[in-house]
This record gives sequence, structure tokens and C-alpha cells, in this order.
Amino acid sequence: MSFIEYGDTIKDGDTAIVFLGHESMFPVKVQHGTVTQTKYGVIRHSTDLIGKKYGSKVTCSKGGWVFILHPTPELWTMNLPHRTQILYSTDISVITMMLELKPGSIVCESGTGSGSLSHALIRTVAPTGHLYTVEFHQQRAEKAREEFREHGVDHLVTVTNQDVCRNGFGVSNIADAVFLDIPSPWEAIGHAKSALKAEGGRICSFSPCIEQVQRTCLAMEEYGFTEINTLEILLRVYNVRTISLQIPDLGKAAEDNSGTGFDSSNPSNQGSPGANLQQGTVQFKSGVPLREMVGHTGYLTFATKS
Amino acid sequence: AMEERPGVRIREGDCAVLKRGEVYKAVPVLRRRKIIFEKQWFYLDNAIGHTYGTTFEVTNGGNLQPKQEVEETTTETKEAGTDNRNIVDDGKSQKLTHDDIKALKDKGIKGQEIVQQLIENSTTFRDKTEFAQDKYIKKKRKKYEAVITIVKPSTRILSTMYYAREPGKINHLRYDTLAQMLTLGNIHAGNKMIVMETCAGLVLGAVMERMGGYGSIIQMYPGAGPVRAATSCFGFPKPYFDNLHEFPLSKVHSLLSGTFSTETLPSDPEDNALVEEESNGLTEEKQTSLQETEEEPATEAPMEINQAEEQETTDINAEDVEFKENKEKENKENVREKQMKQWERRKKLTEAAALLKEKNADGLIVASKYHPTPVLLSLLEFVAPSRPFVVYCQYKEPLLECYTKLRERGGVINLKLSETWLRNYQVLPDRSHPKLTMSGGGGYLLSGITVVLDQGKSDSSNFEALKMEEPSPKRCKVQDLHC
Repeated sequence: MSFIEYGDTIKDGDTAIVFLGHESMFPVKVQHGTVTQTKYGVIRHSTDLIGKKYGSKVTCSKGGWVFILHPTPELWTMNLPHRTQILYSTDISVITMMLELKPGSIVCESGTGSGSLSHALIRTVAPTGHLYTVEFHQQRAEKAREEFREHGVDHLVTVTNQDVCRNGFGVSNIADAVFLDIPSPWEAIGHAKSALKAEGGRICSFSPCIEQVQRTCLAMEEYGFTEINTLEILLRVYNVRTISLQIPDLGKAAEDNSGTGFDSSNPSNQGSPGANLQQGTVQFKSGVPLREMVGHTGYLTFATKS
Repeated sequence: AMEERPGVRIREGDCAVLKRGEVYKAVPVLRRRKIIFEKQWFYLDNAIGHTYGTTFEVTNGGNLQPKQEVEETTTETKEAGTDNRNIVDDGKSQKLTHDDIKALKDKGIKGQEIVQQLIENSTTFRDKTEFAQDKYIKKKRKKYEAVITIVKPSTRILSTMYYAREPGKINHLRYDTLAQMLTLGNIHAGNKMIVMETCAGLVLGAVMERMGGYGSIIQMYPGAGPVRAATSCFGFPKPYFDNLHEFPLSKVHSLLSGTFSTETLPSDPEDNALVEEESNGLTEEKQTSLQETEEEPATEAPMEINQAEEQETTDINAEDVEFKENKEKENKENVREKQMKQWERRKKLTEAAALLKEKNADGLIVASKYHPTPVLLSLLEFVAPSRPFVVYCQYKEPLLECYTKLRERGGVINLKLSETWLRNYQVLPDRSHPKLTMSGGGGYLLSGITVVLDQGKSDSSNFEALKMEEPSPKRCKVQDLHC
């Protein structure tokens, strides 16, 4: 396995995703002789994982079972250890498309943070592209390097530990795209411009606050960027449910006196299908929005250097 | 000297995209070919050799001239009002008449100068607030300054263009939804992908771009052949097509049941193309024309259909005379050519069938006008375990059913029904706000991950998983009470 290439079977040293059920999963580093505890019991790597097919059902010691999944940047994003606030796949998708990333693209990113976006960027630009990522926090930069090594993608990424606003990306005239997720992106626009190829490229800045966007847009204009465009993307997830709505008693059943009238005051009848209920309720499938959703992550500002 | 990558400069024969403001149009770059775009006409001849991203001015006679960066001149003494209490709409604030403006245009006066004259002849301009003046100038510039930018096609540009110009051809798949599909599907170099789409080849093109020519794609098509009008707008290099396969949907059942043979092709594409030509423009289904599969030059840029057709007919007329002279010879060659094509088609079909039969695809992308359930239930058979799949549908209801049917089938986890909302912003000093209009809908996605399909799948533990993912109405009520 690797984050950039699918493999069929689980191998020693792989990072795999243990899937326990609805939205409940965690990453595991596969190692001979190691065991992993789950609520369904123990998973023994040597016998339960290594050599098995990705996507297999693995029975744990208590008889419960889990699925073992091949890692992808999206699964990693949902399960990675947070060292910072991270970008999620909804924003990442739009960033990737709007920056026009593809195999061979050279990308600059700052900050590296927890590496959520980094993994997605590396996946997209592999096998011939490269990511130059800058993180001013030494410990985070180190941790990111370690993860990239573990995930078999370190040949596609260079992590630099410096302040992007002061020292830039450490490269110039090389990038097809630049991404900024830092508190003061307007201070890095000049560096972004010089990191981009002379022939041009795309830039994106992610900021939670509109005041940050304002200053960034002004800086982009000042540095001659065109096509400046700010947008926001929101994910709406729906639960698929079978809903039954009761038909109210309008006195019709009594009048009809058909003998199969329903008793709406008896809640125990609900949920169990029966002749009574078929008359008394209407069933349908619905996509029900979650009670709470993410209302704002950040504004994405895109622009072109041409 | 710096070495330049290919594709940086505009070359004859390229597929390019014209841009004016937020409006895009895909065109093939050809010499002496009149282009009509946003009420302007011009030739692309002069653009050849310039770098992509260059902005041109349209001059008299339809020539393009790279736009010179001009400094804003009229900023000497800015005069502006503070509010509009004294501005009355009497319809007489502009002293230039329609005829005056037309005369200016006919004289070939530059758009910039016309805008300047409009400002000078507006009696209310000075009383407007600074912001209102700004808005006025921007509006007039948009109308009178004839500038276009020529950009290189990309998924970003083409999906934005299609959604704005021809949403019906792509089943109203909004570009941010397409972006989600590419990410949820983990599309990347080296994949073996199955793509089933009726989005004019836009989704296929997007997948091809993300795979960069590495790996393989099997396009499942309904009817007589895959539509790739939008795919051709990307201008992909030829090697990208080496590992692009196609397989007819109508053969999926026989492939799964083991009765598949290449002896009976779905229908002869050439006969089909003839029928299409005769009923030219009359049928809605003109889209399913087979031109693309025959690897013909990419004259099918969809936004240019009219011009392309004109061009084609004149070409054919000119060659007509020669055609008749060599009729005999041609006929024989035609027969042989037809046989060759048939043979090649069969060979390609066998190859695609073999790839599918391995049942180890790295993902499945569906975005079609058809009901997603049967498509998914069949095509998932060809996908390896622990791989993502994504289905697009313009409507939510079919995906609800698809969700239920997939749960019954088993072999899938992490099912998610979702939609994205896209909001654009105006960001200007002291005037930042969301744009006034936003898109009402860009479709829905159902995504998930395949797993090894259980033999006896209706065991109790599986039932439990089902319960886990679909909370009962009652449990939901209990949750409600907590909040």
C-alpha cells in the first residue's frame, strides 16, 4: 500500500484504516506481533491483518467484526491526529480543482499543519509532481516529515521549517500553484508570486474571517493577480430514513364504520406494520438533513498570475 | 534562455477557451476562421504564438491585439457626492444619444474613449458617490471595451463553462459537485477507473486530467457509442487515449452472466452516424453521434457547433468533384476500411471486456441521466474491495432508493448522501458581501466504499450494521429530546 498507489493485500508497515461502523474508524500501523484493541475485541496484526485483502471483514477476539480499508487521503483526513485545525475534503476538492492540479503539478503550501491537505495534494500531483510545504512550527514540521515517510510519499514532498511571510517558500519560478492557510496570508502574497512560474499559475488562500479576505484580495491586486474570486463551499449531508406520517382522525373512520379504524392514541402501534397502520399512516423515504451541520469553515480566495 | 514547456503558447490546431468577464467559450484555434463571441466577431490568427492567459483587444476588421496595460488616467481630481438625495431619474442625465454612440462605434473609436465620453456627458456622474461612480465605469467598460482573454482549457474552466452555457447537457452537474466526485473517488495517476456518464464527456475529461495519462479508464456507454464532445475540448495529448477503453452498457449483463461475445455489436456506428446526419438537428438525441469514437479531428467543440458545421459542409463540397472521379476505387477502399474499422472495434471491445472481467477496478464514477440503481448494482461487480465509488444524480429521490438497494445488496460501507452549496462573494473595500444570486442546485452525490461481499449476507450482524446506519424514527425522537 501507499497513499498514492493501491495495493490488494495488507503488508507489514502499511497504514490501514479500521472501520467499526457508521463514521467510526481509526488508522492503524500494521506491524508483525502487534495487537490493536477495539470495542469488539483484539485484532492480532500477524494473523488477522497481514496477507489479508484490503476490504476484508476481520473478526475480532470477542466475535465482533470490523472492515480493514486501504488508506486514502480522504480516509486519512477523517482519522489523522490533529495538531492544528484541518481542512476537510469538501474544501480540499474545490481547492484541488480550482488550482488546476494534476499529475506533474508543482505546488507550494503553507502551513503544513496536520498534513490533511498535503496528503491530498501529493496524491493528485504524483507520480511526477512535487509539493513544497512550509511550516514555521518546528515540531509540526518534524511530525509531518515523519508521516510522509511512513506513508511512502516522502519522495514527492519537501517540508521546510521557516516563516513563509518572512522567508517565502524556499523556491522560485517553479510552482504551478500556491496554497496559503496562514493567519496573515496578505504578508505572503509577494512570496507566492515569486514561487509561481514566470509563465503564470494559480493561487488560493483560505481564511475564516472576511477581514483577512479583504486584506488578501487587496494584496493580490497590488501584486498583479487577476481573476480574483472568493467563494465558500458548504457540505450538506442527508440521512436516508423511512418516515411514516400519521393520517389524522377527521372522524371519517367512525362514519365509515369499516371496523379497521386506527387508534392514533396508541403509540405502540407505530413502527410495526399492520393493516391498521397501512390505513393510518403514509410511509415514504426521505433524505433528512443532519440536525447540525458545519456552517462555515473558511473563505477560499482564488486568483491567477498570468 | 528559459526553456518553455509545451502548451504555454497558443498554437494552430489547439483547443482554446475564450473568456470575457465570467463568460467562457471553447473554440478550436484555426486560421482565417471567423469567431463570434459575446456579440463580437474576430479572427484568432493574431493570437497564435502568444502565451495562454493573454488579453486581447478586438480591433477593426476582427483582428486581435494584445492589450497594453494602461494606467488609470482619470484620477486627477476626484469629485464625488456623498449620497443620492438630489439625484433624480429623469432619463436625461446622458447627453449622448443612441445615434451618437453608434456613430462613435462606427468610427472605430476605442471602447476606453467611448466610456470616457459617456462619463463626461453624464450630468449626474459627479454627484454620484465614489462607489456608484466605480460601478458605473465598470458597467460601461464591460459593454464598450472589447477585450477577450484566451485561456488554456482545464476542468476548472470547462466545467464552469458547461454549467453556465449548457447545463442541460451535463445534467446540471455543478463544477463544485464535480470537484467532490474527483476527490471522493480518489482519482489519481495509476488508477483503473470505470466511468459511466452522459455529461457530454466532461466527467470523463475531468477524470483523464486527474490521471494524467497514467493508468486506464473504461468508459461504459449507453446506446451506440460514447459521447466525448466535451472531452475533446481539453486538448489532451494523444497518448492519453491509449489506455482509454469503452464498453457498451447493453453488454454488461452478458458479461456478468458469462454469455458475452463480440459477434453482435450493439449497432453499427457508421450506419448510426448516417441516420443522425439525415435527421440533423431534428432529434434531441443528436448528442449520441459517434464522431468522437472514430477518432476524428476534434471539430466537435460543442460551443462552436454552428461554425464547425459550416466549415465541414464547405470542405465536403470542394472535395465532391474529386470524389466522383475516383468513385470505384474509393468504394473498394471504403469496404476494406469499414472491415478494418469493424475488426479494430471488436478488438477494442474484447480488450475492454477482459479488463472488466478482472473485477479489480480501483473505482467507479457514475454521472448520467439514467436511474442510478441498476447502473450501480451491475457496475459495482467490476470494482475491487476497499475502493471508493461515487454516483451523481440531478435529483435526490433516485439516490434514496439507490442507497436502500445498496444496503440490501451489501458489499458497501460508509454510504453517504450529500450535496454542496456554493456561495460566491464580492470582496471590495467597504463593499464586501455574498453575491446577489447563487445557484439553486448542483445535484446530489451518493458515495461509499466497497468491501468484500459476504457469502451468507443476511446474517444478524449485518442487520445490526444496517440499523447502525439508519437510525429508527423512534431513536431519532429520543435524540430530539436531548437538545
